[in-house]
Amino acid sequence: MAQAGGHSPLEQFRIEPIVPIHLGKFDVSFTNSSLVMVIALLLITAFLLLGMRRQALVPGPLQSMAEIAYEFVANLLRDTIGNEGKRYFPIVFTIFMFVLFGNLIGLVPFSFTFTSHIIVTFALAIAVFIGVTILAIARHGWRFAKFFVPPGVSVALWPLLIPIEIISYLSRPISLSVRLFANMLAGHTLLKVFAGFVFALGFAGFVPLGFVVALSGLEFLIAFLQAYVFAILTCLYINDALHLH
Amino acid sequence: MELAAAKVIGAGLAVIGVLGSGIGIGTIFAAFITAVGRNPAARGDVFTMTMLGFALVEAIALYALVIALVILFG
Repeated sequence: MAQAGGHSPLEQFRIEPIVPIHLGKFDVSFTNSSLVMVIALLLITAFLLLGMRRQALVPGPLQSMAEIAYEFVANLLRDTIGNEGKRYFPIVFTIFMFVLFGNLIGLVPFSFTFTSHIIVTFALAIAVFIGVTILAIARHGWRFAKFFVPPGVSVALWPLLIPIEIISYLSRPISLSVRLFANMLAGHTLLKVFAGFVFALGFAGFVPLGFVVALSGLEFLIAFLQAYVFAILTCLYINDALHLH
Repeated sequence: MELAAAKVIGAGLAVIGVLGSGIGIGTIFAAFITAVGRNPAARGDVFTMTMLGFALVEAIALYALVIALVILFG
C-alpha cells in the first residue's frame, strides 16, 4: 500500500513512545496511545462532572447529554439482563464510554485511535470474557457446564455438539475484539487512502474530497455503533452467565 | 511461485468472503423494511435491533478483510 512518496496509509497507526520507560526487559513507555487514553479519560470525567454539576430538575444541554448517556446504558442493562443488571452498570458504562470516546477522538484530524490496535481491544474483550466466566462459575458452580448442552438434544449428538459449543464460546473474545479493531482500522485506512487521492488528482480532487466527507460522516456512525455493539454484547454475555447456565 | 505473487493471490481469494456480508446486510435491511411496512409503529424498537444486526454482519466482512491484510502484510 506504499505510494510513490513513501507514505503508507498504515503509518497513522504507529505507536511512538513519548516518555521512554524500561523496566528490565519490558518496554512500558508512555506512548501516544497512552496519551490519547488519558485524554479520553479526562474528557469522560469532565463531561460527566461538568454535566451534572448543576443538577437542575429541568436539564440544560450538557446535563441532558450526560443523563442520556447514563439512561442509554441503564436501559441496555435492564432490557438484556433485567433487574439484576444494575450491579453491572459501572463496568458496562465504563467500557461503553471508553470505547465511544476512543473511537470519537480518533476522528479528530492528526489524532490517534487507540481502539484501532488489536492489543487494546483484545485486552478489553478478554477482561470481559474472563469476568463473565468467573461470574458464571461463581454463580452456578460446576453446573455451569450445562450451558454447553443445547436444550432438547438427544444424548447421541452430545459428542458432536458440545465441542462446537465450547469452541464458539471460546471464540467470543476474539470476535468481540476483532470486530472493533477491524472496523476502526478499515475506516481510518480508507479515509487515508482517499485523502491521498484528493491531492493526486489535482483539479478533479473535489470528487474524492466529497467522498472523504461522506466517509467521515459514516465513521461517526460507526464509532457510536461499535461502542453500542461492544456494550450490548457484554450485557448479553453477562446475561448468559447469570441465567442460561 | 514467488512468495509475493502467492501473497497477492491469497489476499484476493480471502476478500471473496465479503460476499456473505453483502447478502447478510441486504437480508437484514429487507427484514427491517418489511417489518416497518407491516407495522410502522414498531419502527423504534426494530431499528435498534437492525443496527445491532448490521454491526454484527459487517464484522464478518471485516474478519475477511483482516485475514486478507494478514496474508498480504504478515
